[in-house]
Amino acid sequence: MTTAQAPHIALGLTDPEFELIVEKMGREPNATELAMFSLMWSEHCSYKHSKKILGQLPVEGPHLLMGPGENAGAVTVGDGLAIAFKVESHNHPSAVEPFQGAATGVGGILRDIFAVGARPIAVLDSLRFGELSSQRSRYLADQAVAGIGHYGNSIGVPTIGGEIYFESPYEQNCLVNAMALGLAPVDQLIKSAAAGVGNHLVLFGASTGRDGIGGASVLASAELGDDDGSKRPTVQVGDPFEESKLVECCLELLGKDLLASLQDLGAAGLTSASSEMASKGEVGLDIHVDRVPLREQGMEPFEIMVSESQERMLCVVTPELLDEVLSVCDKWDLHHAVIGEVTDTRHMKIYENGELVGDMPVPALVDDCPVYTLAPEEPTEQIYPAPSVDSEAARAARAAFDDNAQGILTALLASDNISSRRHYFERYDCIVGSRTTKRPEQAEAAVLHLWKQNESGAPIPGPSIAVSIDGSGRKVAADPYRGTIGNVLECAANIACVGGEPLGLTNCLNFGNPEKPHIAWQLTESVKGMRDACNALKLPVVGGNVSLYNQSADGPIYPTPVVGIVGGVPDPAVVATNTFAEEELFVGLIGPFEPTLAASELAKLIGDELPTRLPDLDLAKHAESLTLVRDAVRAGTIKVARDISEGGLATALAECSLGGVGATIDIAPLVERVSRAYPDAEPHQHARTALFGEGPGGIVVAGSREDLLALSNSAASMGFLALGTTGGQLLTISDPTGTLKEVSLPASEIQRIHGGALSERVSS
Amino acid sequence: MTRFGIPQFPGSCDETDTLLACSRVGEAELLWHKDKDLKGVDVVVVPGGFSYGDYLRVGAIPPFSPVMQAVKEFAAEGGLVLGICNGFQVLTEAGLLPGALLPNVNLAFTCRQVDLVVENVETPLTHEFAPTERISVPAKHTTGRYFAPTEMLNALEAEGQIILRYAEGHNFNGSVNDIAGVCNERRNVFGLMPHPEHAVDPLTGSDDGLKLFSSLASAAGVPA
Repeated sequence: MTTAQAPHIALGLTDPEFELIVEKMGREPNATELAMFSLMWSEHCSYKHSKKILGQLPVEGPHLLMGPGENAGAVTVGDGLAIAFKVESHNHPSAVEPFQGAATGVGGILRDIFAVGARPIAVLDSLRFGELSSQRSRYLADQAVAGIGHYGNSIGVPTIGGEIYFESPYEQNCLVNAMALGLAPVDQLIKSAAAGVGNHLVLFGASTGRDGIGGASVLASAELGDDDGSKRPTVQVGDPFEESKLVECCLELLGKDLLASLQDLGAAGLTSASSEMASKGEVGLDIHVDRVPLREQGMEPFEIMVSESQERMLCVVTPELLDEVLSVCDKWDLHHAVIGEVTDTRHMKIYENGELVGDMPVPALVDDCPVYTLAPEEPTEQIYPAPSVDSEAARAARAAFDDNAQGILTALLASDNISSRRHYFERYDCIVGSRTTKRPEQAEAAVLHLWKQNESGAPIPGPSIAVSIDGSGRKVAADPYRGTIGNVLECAANIACVGGEPLGLTNCLNFGNPEKPHIAWQLTESVKGMRDACNALKLPVVGGNVSLYNQSADGPIYPTPVVGIVGGVPDPAVVATNTFAEEELFVGLIGPFEPTLAASELAKLIGDELPTRLPDLDLAKHAESLTLVRDAVRAGTIKVARDISEGGLATALAECSLGGVGATIDIAPLVERVSRAYPDAEPHQHARTALFGEGPGGIVVAGSREDLLALSNSAASMGFLALGTTGGQLLTISDPTGTLKEVSLPASEIQRIHGGALSERVSS
Repeated sequence: MTRFGIPQFPGSCDETDTLLACSRVGEAELLWHKDKDLKGVDVVVVPGGFSYGDYLRVGAIPPFSPVMQAVKEFAAEGGLVLGICNGFQVLTEAGLLPGALLPNVNLAFTCRQVDLVVENVETPLTHEFAPTERISVPAKHTTGRYFAPTEMLNALEAEGQIILRYAEGHNFNGSVNDIAGVCNERRNVFGLMPHPEHAVDPLTGSDDGLKLFSSLASAAGVPA
């Protein structure tokens, strides 16, 4: 016998939540009201499982203009200009329909940016899929990248950076996070609070259809399962052409100062957009669903209120400016309709042909969703199995493991998480807008110069910014607290390598089901790590996104807190590159770098178990070291800078040789440091850890001998180690202990291995 | 000073980049697609992007717009017209340039810095270059494989209408005879798939493309 499911359960609400709604309403909600409550009280909209712990993140800083709570955060970058930015996930839609899921992820984050009045100027992405040996992962990666490119390229916003990793825990639940940046004069930033009783509520952009109904509640706030194919209709279809008109229309409306407030329609559509505006403005709204331009007939009021049709915006306009606003919409060939008015009732009232079909107190809808306290519990053992990788690179690494450092290095350079990402990033327009001064692989972070125009329209220099997005999942799985600190430090190191001063951070916390104690523990520890790292770097969190329930029957994803940092760069012409561009440069290593093979790429290649803890680190020292690197890059002392990340020092040195110039390196100083940290280990383990161990804080730098020797004096407490000299076409790395065979690789061979591995692998 | 006009369609992407590049060598302004008014400009540059969404076929819709009606008349009178990327596609669709642009051989959008060889330096677009000069310019498109039937191709080669070719190893889209840019018989209408407006400043990668704009500006014969 089957029992019919209660409507609120089918919509994702619990029995106690439903009872609370009845209490707040003083009666049972009707179908329209229940649909709206189910969305506003979903995890996606209410942050009910994460709100309490997110409160500990620092949200203040000297450059901050807008913090969490608005559509996007914003920082000042000088010359009266602001950069608005935010990262958001579109994981579940992309797992179900990767092309449109990823495309609309970009469309959604771009709307968040121009909703605050900023012109979108850049996109970055952070992608995770299962191992490339899986056909499904190759398909998802290919289609998600195509979808991001389709939207970003078509709308004329460059995709300037990002990262893509392949790990088996993402096999069933891929991650597609997109970050966008927008540029605006500081005084043009606009908030979303509805204001002015009697003002008009105007919906403009695309028409409204039945696409994406229930996306926030049914798809985004639940685990993935067997019947996900049936959820495909909950994924929206993007139209970048419509959005490009919408961007220009919004910026023209704001430039002419015609709007009282502006809000984008994203997850939960009109319901979320209107009720958030009403809540922030402490007003009420009357909405007439029969006035909404529809793309299909016979839509029910609840369908109109919850539709997630893309490319739509909602604004509040005073009666005297209405005609002018509508004529701008006409100019850009956009649908528009006055769908309601601002009232003083503090109620959301929904009408259909003059008949009241929904009436809810705004606070009940927006603020009264219960907030849950997590019940974290540290698991007694590692919950993720040892990575099992079957690839040629892995077999080569295992075969070479005894003493053949060169064999290990070439295997790492060809491995799926280290080889060149060119196969993917060439599918993105990285230059439209004429701001990109460092493209992918040209520096550790993307650099944009924010040109201004002189009286005759020619470009003149403005401020510059650096931006990077980072988020290892495996290290956070090993140690949520220290792994998350590592993610923040790696992102900050990338910014420092191009001379950037970090101004603000945005995050996307991708985790499994928070109702499970071990996931709650990962989330709690990770947020603590982010808090401590941000405090040490004096870096405010300007906003972000939480994506929970990222798990399938196979288990949870690696916990993946992705962070994006925007930094200020005084002179885009004085930015360190990340390859040895010149001969006879002195090569050194700066930073409190304590390498470990635990959770490293090498450990993955040879199938080592994940540890349950990573080494402690001294956050104050890390922050000080990054400041030192940044200042030396700005002074031109450091000409080449590369953060040591996946694959350790040897990989970083090989990647520094990708420009065609090699180097002669002696790793004795780092071997000595490793032997002090691990006195009980065997000498060959010391050498291997120095070459391939990973950890935050290590930056390979190069510059003139005099400059770097002077720097090494001031950087002695920062652990400066002299490593060698650039020159010739060979990279040689010698280990004076003699326990590993010397590495001797021509730069051209490094280019060949690193450059071609990924495209060969995905086409095989 | 030479005045450049840049038609702006809904879905144009590189119109601002083109405006900035042109304003380095002259004056420049945007021309709205609904207006059949070229505002008396000396040179028209049709920019890259995805005009009207390019959902039917790339470049198929703009020839019917008021602004392109005016551009056709302008070209017929001998006015200088350059189409870049989507602008090149638009000019072939409008019948102002020979040949067609087909999907890249890899069937994917590809963004890559490429080397080009200037084949014909006796045109208003290229007269400031040295013969066979090699320049570095980015290309970014899905539909950039130049194609012309053999007879037309032979005529284009014979008449010197091939103005730019991809250097060896740089023809990623599979264009016939490595063709990156062509002109009409009269040598007043030009089309190229790579983006010289993104190669006008060493800070953003290269300034090799600037000479194409300054060539046009001086060829327009407007005193500075």
